[in-house]
Amino acid sequence: MSKWANRVAVTLLWICGLLTVGALAAVIVYVFIRGVGQLNLDFILSAPRGVNAEGGIGPTIVATIYVTGLAMLIVTPIAVLAAVYLAEYAVQGKLVTVIRFAADTLSSVPSIVMGLFGFAFFVEAMDLGFSVLSGALALSFLMLPIVMRTTEEAIRAVPRYIRWGSYGLGASKWQTVSKIVLPSAMPRILTGLILAMGRAVGETAVVIFTMGQAINLPISPLDSGRSMTVHLYTLAMEGINMDAAYGTALLLMIMVLLFNLSARWLARRKGRFEE
Amino acid sequence: MTTESAFGGVPEASTVAGTPKFTVRSLDFYYGDFHALTGINIDVKDNAVTAFIGPSGCGKSTFLRCLNRMNDLIPGARVEGTITLDGADVYGAGVDPVDLRRRVGMIFQQPNPFPMSIYDNVAFGPRLHGIKKKSELDTIVEQALVRANLWKEVRDIMERGGLTLSGGQQQRLCIARVLAVQPDVLLMDEPCSAIDPTSVQKVEDLMAELKSSVTIIIVTHNMQQAARVSDETAFFLQEKQGTPAELIEFGRTAELFTSPRDRRTEDYITGRFG
Repeated sequence: MSKWANRVAVTLLWICGLLTVGALAAVIVYVFIRGVGQLNLDFILSAPRGVNAEGGIGPTIVATIYVTGLAMLIVTPIAVLAAVYLAEYAVQGKLVTVIRFAADTLSSVPSIVMGLFGFAFFVEAMDLGFSVLSGALALSFLMLPIVMRTTEEAIRAVPRYIRWGSYGLGASKWQTVSKIVLPSAMPRILTGLILAMGRAVGETAVVIFTMGQAINLPISPLDSGRSMTVHLYTLAMEGINMDAAYGTALLLMIMVLLFNLSARWLARRKGRFEE
Repeated sequence: MTTESAFGGVPEASTVAGTPKFTVRSLDFYYGDFHALTGINIDVKDNAVTAFIGPSGCGKSTFLRCLNRMNDLIPGARVEGTITLDGADVYGAGVDPVDLRRRVGMIFQQPNPFPMSIYDNVAFGPRLHGIKKKSELDTIVEQALVRANLWKEVRDIMERGGLTLSGGQQQRLCIARVLAVQPDVLLMDEPCSAIDPTSVQKVEDLMAELKSSVTIIIVTHNMQQAARVSDETAFFLQEKQGTPAELIEFGRTAELFTSPRDRRTEDYITGRFG
């Protein structure tokens, strides 16, 4: 009887595990089959042409990298310094709990709401218009809690006795934090940054409301631009060029996959001097 | 290096052998509401090895961390009584614990190299205190590694990570790292309990070599080790759960181990508890 129960349980677990992997595989395989025919250098480099958006998706790739990179530049110093403050300097108490709760809540705000806020605040109130800068600022709201929380965890994970070693040599608190704690935590901080970048690259709702849809090549941060996700959304919604839509989708997936793989690699590498 | 502070300068040349390095009078220590140590009086001799022994939880490590104000890092820690180092109050107003810790180095139970190269580990302290010239740093690093008996093993792999060394080598690297800032006291908190027997031997030999230039205080749960390496021994004991620990007996190591004055010391060293 128990042998039977065991067999049933194992089979059930096995099927559920298979379903998880299968779901991912199905998406990848489907998008791959539909999109791989599109992928070539011309598609990646050239701009869309004509009413049916034939040609390539070059400007959308540039806009995506541009807006993500800019958001990264905005978010990294703020998030890391906030995390250092929370983990090392703040008196643990009500205020810190509130900040942490705020960060966790911020990270669960639906992205469409964040897009709406970005539109009202950056595009209209601050008069930045539909621009890469507006998009980056709105994206940074989305990334801030992710980066801050992973950095805080990373700092807390640095063993106490490593800090003691530094204090024991007559290092001040800031010297200990900047020369020992942050470098020790760096691989895990980078992992958090990369995961946040993956999130930003895949974001649609936020950028459509803040960066706009213009299919030009953005040069200045105040130029409008169309991200890959927005391009994909437009093509699919209007049903004008499904081949290009799947090509874009495949390229997006490859990018996000690369982000996740490098995050895993960094997390495993731990420290440069640990072996 | 800040020379204006009481602990920033060069050690006084006038300290003759036999005069106390640390003088501790009626010291009580608290972690918040928890009273950890009470009524500690002790004179730690200059250029000698002093061992603190006792069962685990007897406050010997806590007391050790009072000497370089490492306990300041723990919220709620509080000290009553006085500790002087070469006559200057360690807890006096205007004393920067950062300056104090340059003079009173510390080695921990767990070897704790920083995640950087062997060279950078040893150069960390000197760089912290403003030495930037490569040639000067090279000399300091080599001297510290020689004094820590590690130079021969690492001279050709200075750019390798400190964490790639074996546990025993890591501990000697940590000793070199502390020696590089030229402390006059070395506090060692169970330095041998996480390393292999051959390395223990090396660290013990090292202590014998270093004591001519550095005052060493070692916390150990290993009585044989205390008997081997130390000139004087202090026995700490927390008699009842919930009461603060006390210093039961302090004296020359040979006497304390052969003819202890206190019954509780005798019970401990003959293995009746702990």
